[in-house]
Amino acid sequence: MHGIVPAANASLPAFLLFSAEPLAHLRLLDIAIIAIYFGMVIWIGIYLKGQANTSEEFFMAGREMTAWIAGLSFVSANLGSLELMGWAGSAYQYGILATHWYWIGAIPAMVFLGLVMMPFYYVCKTHSVPGYLGLRYGKGASSVAAISFAIEMILMSGVNMFAMAVVMKVVLGWDISFSIIVSSVAVALYVGLGGLRSAIFNEVLQFVLIWGGALLVPILGMIQAGGVMGLKKQIMHNMQTMTGGVAGDSYFHMWRDLGSFSANPMGVHWSGIVFGLGFVISFGYWTTDFLVVQRVLAAHNLRAARMAPIIASFFKMATPFIVILPGLLGLVLLQNGDGSRRELVGEDVVAACSMTGSGAVADVAGCQAAMSKTSLSAAAQSKVLAGGPDAELHSYNQALPLMMVRYLGPGLLGLGITALIAGFMSGMAGNVSAFSTVWTYDIYKSLINKKGSDSHYVLVGRLSILIGVAVSIGAAYLVMHAHGIMDYVQALFSIFVAPLLASILWGMFWTRATKLAGFIGLLSGIVFSASLFMWVKLTPSALASVALSPDAKPMAENVFRALWAFLFSSIVILVISLVTKARPIAELDGLVYGATKLPTEEPVPWYRSEYTWALLVVVIFAGLNILFW
Amino acid sequence: MHGSKIPIWFFIGVLLVTYGLLITGYGIYELATGQLADVALSQAHAPVWWGATLLALGIFYMAKFRPGKAKK
Repeated sequence: MHGIVPAANASLPAFLLFSAEPLAHLRLLDIAIIAIYFGMVIWIGIYLKGQANTSEEFFMAGREMTAWIAGLSFVSANLGSLELMGWAGSAYQYGILATHWYWIGAIPAMVFLGLVMMPFYYVCKTHSVPGYLGLRYGKGASSVAAISFAIEMILMSGVNMFAMAVVMKVVLGWDISFSIIVSSVAVALYVGLGGLRSAIFNEVLQFVLIWGGALLVPILGMIQAGGVMGLKKQIMHNMQTMTGGVAGDSYFHMWRDLGSFSANPMGVHWSGIVFGLGFVISFGYWTTDFLVVQRVLAAHNLRAARMAPIIASFFKMATPFIVILPGLLGLVLLQNGDGSRRELVGEDVVAACSMTGSGAVADVAGCQAAMSKTSLSAAAQSKVLAGGPDAELHSYNQALPLMMVRYLGPGLLGLGITALIAGFMSGMAGNVSAFSTVWTYDIYKSLINKKGSDSHYVLVGRLSILIGVAVSIGAAYLVMHAHGIMDYVQALFSIFVAPLLASILWGMFWTRATKLAGFIGLLSGIVFSASLFMWVKLTPSALASVALSPDAKPMAENVFRALWAFLFSSIVILVISLVTKARPIAELDGLVYGATKLPTEEPVPWYRSEYTWALLVVVIFAGLNILFW
Repeated sequence: MHGSKIPIWFFIGVLLVTYGLLITGYGIYELATGQLADVALSQAHAPVWWGATLLALGIFYMAKFRPGKAKK
């Protein structure tokens, strides 16, 4: 989930910079495959330029997308490559617990968006989520949401751009500036030319490529591991060697060991997973983050808009197959050059044991101290300290690229790398297209120039994409030179999401919620959430208070902070609403449940009804959770 | 999106056909020469069957969504 990256991934690029040897070398065939991909995405942008002349076409893709295109784009904008690598690394560390972020952390919210919330977003014809807040609560709440969202989009885009460039450096040895410039210019070109339609079309293309490039790794891995039973047996054996059998069994259970913070390797509690992740973070992201909601708003009718998130939820449920499974397979299949098992470690250990150009560990004492806290065997530690070829440590986040390099030869490796690049570009295109719409409609048009012509706003949108990409590049270089900023930028989403969700849910489902309550609830919630973040940042022991347990680990912080911030904002909205004057019901038509007469949809056969497919999603979702209990 | 325009599925078909041809071609070269890439399970000849899968999918999409024929 965008912004909620695994803790191990939080400082990913900073430390990866220390890596010396690239993991793989591309052949001409691989380079041709990557070049063809770039040619295709730019061609699509040029082709679609003629269909992006009016603001409705440029910012909303003419509201012509089918349910399938909107749905695949919806899920693709979220499938960033850093997320793929981060969660594969988390699966290596925590086992299938990481799957929670794909199932309970997404599916209920996606179904809720499609069946319950979409009609309000769609009927009020808003161009954006801050736009909905503007209609419901007025300019104050809308401006707070728009400005915070715009800043978040651009900074996140820059951080992801830098992180991706570092991954390319580590995996392929590519120059950081080369990766940043080439990928960002390509995104700026195709989104700037074809607008949201081009972003959406390319996201569908990228979705196919991500699956085409990444699916082969778990297939070959499962063949080599001897199927599910073989994988399970080998993981249990390896865990027994590493931890005395303490964590091995937990690798295969999603719920069984969530009764206490100390019983599972992730250090989380079921209450945090259900209420913090499954409700606040998940609903906050999937139902209020304009990055994804924008894709569904582009649907050609209300039924398509409702079906899109439901179609997307099937693919979201399947994503662990290309993310979590490779991480688990990495636990048993990754090998060093001498055939011994390759153990991955945290980014901090990789950094502490970084090597000099001659292949020796730069800081022997620091490296020894860092390795002593890991489960690395004495022989493995000696090998690292001795230096030389194949001695370098690799981090959890490299599990997916390492698996790709292990199985993919010429051509297929190019396809796998293209999948990673496609994942990055779909995320960045999502960032800049959403930024462009919010900037143009909710900041420029709302606060700066209300009387521009339609073509003027299209021009502003195009320019904002160019400027947005330029600022993102600046942010990428800023992070490169000041790594500490990265943690703060990555926390932005988790700080904004809970108050935004509270404002929208109370506004959409309670006619009594007032303008002032919406504004103050959102603003004070952001301040509260940021304060909690800073408290833990400055006083790490505060984590025990935020997550309600001394055994809580950093992963628990995000979910509990979101939960408290949601409750805080909700209480503020409730109290202020009860002491201020509500808007007349008549003014809330199209905005609030109970005050809106929803349009009647044409009847369709049961097998084409969104309710049938939503029911199927729920049944599969429940079945999977029981299966992996 | 409309019948007179090129649908995204056609673009996807073109890309998959191109990739399928390149990857299958390399796989057949490996098969013919016996010079396998230095990767795990290289004897499974993944480039041949994975490339052929991409090619078949690409041909399906190109045929079904070719310009002038496709619906939304």
